[in-house]
Amino acid sequence: MAERLGERMSKIVAQSQKGDLTVKDDIVVNDDIILRIENVNRSYYDNSDNQVEALCNINLSVRRGEFLSIIGSSGCGKTTLLRLIAGLDKPETGRLTLNGELVSGPDPERGYVFQHGGLFQWLTVEKNIATGLKARHVYRENKEKVAHYIDLIGLKGFEKAYPHQISGGMAQRVAIARALINNPKLLLLDEPMGALDSFTRADIQDKLLELQRENDTTMILVTHDVDEAIYLSDRIVIMTPRPGKISEIMDVKLPHPRHRGGVEFLAIRRNIMEKLDLASALPQPEYSI
Amino acid sequence: MHSIFRSYLPAAAIFTARQELRGQKQVSGKEWAFKLVLTLAGFTIAIAANILFKQIADVEIKSYTLAGVLFTFNSLYRLVLGILILLYAAVGLFSYFDPVYRAKYVNRAPFRFALGIALAIWDILGTKLLLLPQPFFPGPAKILEAFLIELPFIYENMLYSLRLFIVGFTLGVIFGIGTGILIGWFPRVYYWLYPILKFTGVIPAVAWMPFALTLFPTAFSAAAFLIVICSWFSIAALTAQGIQSTPKWQFELAKTLGAKTPYLVFHVAVPHAMPQIFTGISNANGFAFTTLVMAEMMGQPGGLGYYINLSKVWSAYYKVYASILVMAILFGIIMKIIAFIRDRMLRWQKGWVKE
Repeated sequence: MAERLGERMSKIVAQSQKGDLTVKDDIVVNDDIILRIENVNRSYYDNSDNQVEALCNINLSVRRGEFLSIIGSSGCGKTTLLRLIAGLDKPETGRLTLNGELVSGPDPERGYVFQHGGLFQWLTVEKNIATGLKARHVYRENKEKVAHYIDLIGLKGFEKAYPHQISGGMAQRVAIARALINNPKLLLLDEPMGALDSFTRADIQDKLLELQRENDTTMILVTHDVDEAIYLSDRIVIMTPRPGKISEIMDVKLPHPRHRGGVEFLAIRRNIMEKLDLASALPQPEYSI
Repeated sequence: MHSIFRSYLPAAAIFTARQELRGQKQVSGKEWAFKLVLTLAGFTIAIAANILFKQIADVEIKSYTLAGVLFTFNSLYRLVLGILILLYAAVGLFSYFDPVYRAKYVNRAPFRFALGIALAIWDILGTKLLLLPQPFFPGPAKILEAFLIELPFIYENMLYSLRLFIVGFTLGVIFGIGTGILIGWFPRVYYWLYPILKFTGVIPAVAWMPFALTLFPTAFSAAAFLIVICSWFSIAALTAQGIQSTPKWQFELAKTLGAKTPYLVFHVAVPHAMPQIFTGISNANGFAFTTLVMAEMMGQPGGLGYYINLSKVWSAYYKVYASILVMAILFGIIMKIIAFIRDRMLRWQKGWVKE
């Protein structure tokens, strides 16, 4: 740990000498880094009053405009981490800063898409998407944005439909549009495609990439689907449970659009599977002479 | 850029098809015609029984002028049945063009037929033969005599009841939802108010009658107060419950979209509680009718309950029935209006929650 810190410090010193860094208060701000997570710990009590360390000493910097995936088995604290970033929960120690400002609560600049979509059942598709504008009292001057986003997610003709009348995939796209209409700097996605079939999932994945490129939104995706993480991400954070911590951060340097069956894709997949101790589940090749 | 998202037109077709399927099974034109005749036949038999069956028992049949026309109770009874026949015929013809209405109409035909037969039997036993114990069970035609005797007076009493109900119930709904929101949202208000709500809620509102009569300047305001109390309880309790049961994620979600407290209360918690609020309102509706009639019977200068009391003193039971008939129609219409408002406001639930 000390070694790593030392390494980081010397890097920062080197960078600051080149003039890449600006100093604001006592926080080192790099223009390239949008979100800094520093020494974050979070624990909770389970049903039998045992303290469970959900997050243990998490350090992570998220670059502006990147697509970052957090992957790991259930219970490794990935959703907890995402909730901390959203400001829905507070760290016990350490801190999170977005553009140098301390994250202290939920804010429309950090959009959040829930696992189950979470549309308001009593609002139509149109009104669900407009929620953010109405909540911030800027609906009147941005009315046309709603139609734009409905068009963007391919739900034209469904403006007046209620959530129970549309499919799960449509609902999830509405949830994404609803978060994006606020122009968030950061879009947090908590397994938004977990409950969808693979066709709809592929559809939404492509849509996400497209939206990300268009708006230059930084996206953080929590998932347990390795393929999804590789298909979408610039970097993949692998987390391990008990205590929840980051075991490795992996760069995915493949050009888009990525081919899910490509050799490099599969190599990365195998690599991650091994890291997650899932490799043994892969069948061994059989040879017969 | 739109190419990535496939066109969802097929899904749109499924969406509208599902809407159509919500109607009941198709009813053939032949069955519809048969059921139309069946519906009208019942009431026709009732008219025929009134005309053809001889008046055997000794019942005085007086004539009255109503709107410039000379009526006996028998001719008024036939007129009412005739209007019913015309009404059901019109509804029946109209229903032919809508599969959903048609299925509903056909479904109700046997009941309406039985209703006509029952009226005929009642008429014969009650007025023609006087076989039922009198004066407690007058025939249906005799009941209508009350309207011939004192229609303006009944109308006046009906208006009194209606006014009392509207004032009391509207205030009850407003106070109920208001306090319900406060109790549901603020734990401190819950702590102080909820026990009081629970304690007073189990007491039937009429029990407060003696206090109401001394505390309020007029009998009307005392009765209105009782209706407010009885509707307030159930609405407030259910509103509070609905607000408290709002899932945490809905608030979290709204907060990440930039919502502040007023938005969370009025655009998340209240809409979420709406189904329960309406359950409270329909419960309160029933309580309010009961309280209304009891309050009127115990000491009001007017109203349908007052009219019942007045008629009972003179053993004019046919007038009691007339009053009950007006109540049934009036309360029925009020409940329909409330159901209509509820269906409009809870449109989003259709098909999602089983009705």
